Amino acid sequence: MSNLFNIDIVNPEQSFLSKDNVFEVVIPAVEGEIGILKDHIPIISFLKPGIIRVFSESEEQNFYVEDGIVEFKDNTLSVLTSSIFDLKDADKNFVSESISSAEAELSKDNIDDQKRFLLNQKVEVLKSISIN
Amino acid sequence: MPSLDDLRKRITSVKSTQKITKAMKMVAAAKLRKAQENAEKGRPYSEKMNNVILNLSKSITDKENAPKLLVGTGEEKVHLCIVLTADRGLCGGFNTNIIKKAKSYFEKIISENKTLKIITVGSKGYDQLKRQYKSYIVENISFKESKNINYFDADKVGKIIIEKFEKNEFDVCAIFYNKFKNVITQIPQEQQIVPLNEDKDDKDDSGNDNDYEFEPDEDEILSNLLPKNISTQIFKAMLENSASEQGSRMTAMDNATRNAGELVDRLTIEYNRSRQAAITKELIEIISGAESL
Repeated sequence: MSNLFNIDIVNPEQSFLSKDNVFEVVIPAVEGEIGILKDHIPIISFLKPGIIRVFSESEEQNFYVEDGIVEFKDNTLSVLTSSIFDLKDADKNFVSESISSAEAELSKDNIDDQKRFLLNQKVEVLKSISIN
Repeated sequence: MPSLDDLRKRITSVKSTQKITKAMKMVAAAKLRKAQENAEKGRPYSEKMNNVILNLSKSITDKENAPKLLVGTGEEKVHLCIVLTADRGLCGGFNTNIIKKAKSYFEKIISENKTLKIITVGSKGYDQLKRQYKSYIVENISFKESKNINYFDADKVGKIIIEKFEKNEFDVCAIFYNKFKNVITQIPQEQQIVPLNEDKDDKDDSGNDNDYEFEPDEDEILSNLLPKNISTQIFKAMLENSASEQGSRMTAMDNATRNAGELVDRLTIEYNRSRQAAITKELIEIISGAESL
């Protein structure tokens, strides 16, 4: 029996990625990373800034996401996000700009803990991208 | 009877108008294809979003404490209407149809003694509404600068709505836009986004196949998701609107080109007739002159 399931990543403008031969997806959910395999129970969760890893038979794909919602149901993983890009075609300028704008945001005093946490996450992940 | 010279001038002028309308039609047709593509590409997102919210709201048992964006404030006193129109004219009945739909809704609200607030998106809507409803318009947004419809713009509108909702400035929110059916038909739509209208169709819950695991809990997800949904709905409306606008403009300009063609034909016949009449007149004068000799 095959252990493959479907993944759909959509952003508001278009359907970003649609595959039917993945066997594992790791998503950066707010409360920690979740690895999803076939026949996972239905789940709805949020994303924090991080990297989605999609493992299919032939390749591994990595995407950076900033926020979004994931839903897993009937062996289909749907990811709704408004900001996503493939790590392979990451734009160095864009990444460093995002880092500096997030850091500027962090230096303000009037942000709450949750936002601070998300921004810290974002900076960390983006930095790790720019090193590679 | 206009002189030959006048007729000639009119023909040239109509012909150059025809050239303009023809060019506009071509441009609209090219843009339409792109806009239509975008509208279709954007559909999965809003559909998925709707699905998730539907599943979530089903699993909420405690209706009392559900987020207000979903169930409403419990009152229906203040209505906020978002009227989405184009920034440009010359697109047939496109803007007028939305305005008409919105106006009938406004009248209903006013006659029921409820408070009305209007936000217009797109400058044409503002122009048409400001005469009659100036005092109700609370905000006027226009995205003339942005070339393409993007989510960022829609999010801006969404944030304004949320902000107003949190300040308790309205109870019910509806958006007005044109739904793109095909190039010739666009249907003006009225859609309520706050509180969210649940589909009553699928009442029969077939068992517990929607047993979701939530992380974090339902409430937190919903309260995070609903504002996003509003932006998504606005974005969807904007996409539909832009496709409709181009379609409508294409049809309008096509008609204009055809009308101009007919006009040119008619004027040409008239021109030829009066030219012939002038020649005949001259001939008669010459002949009768020769006869009298």
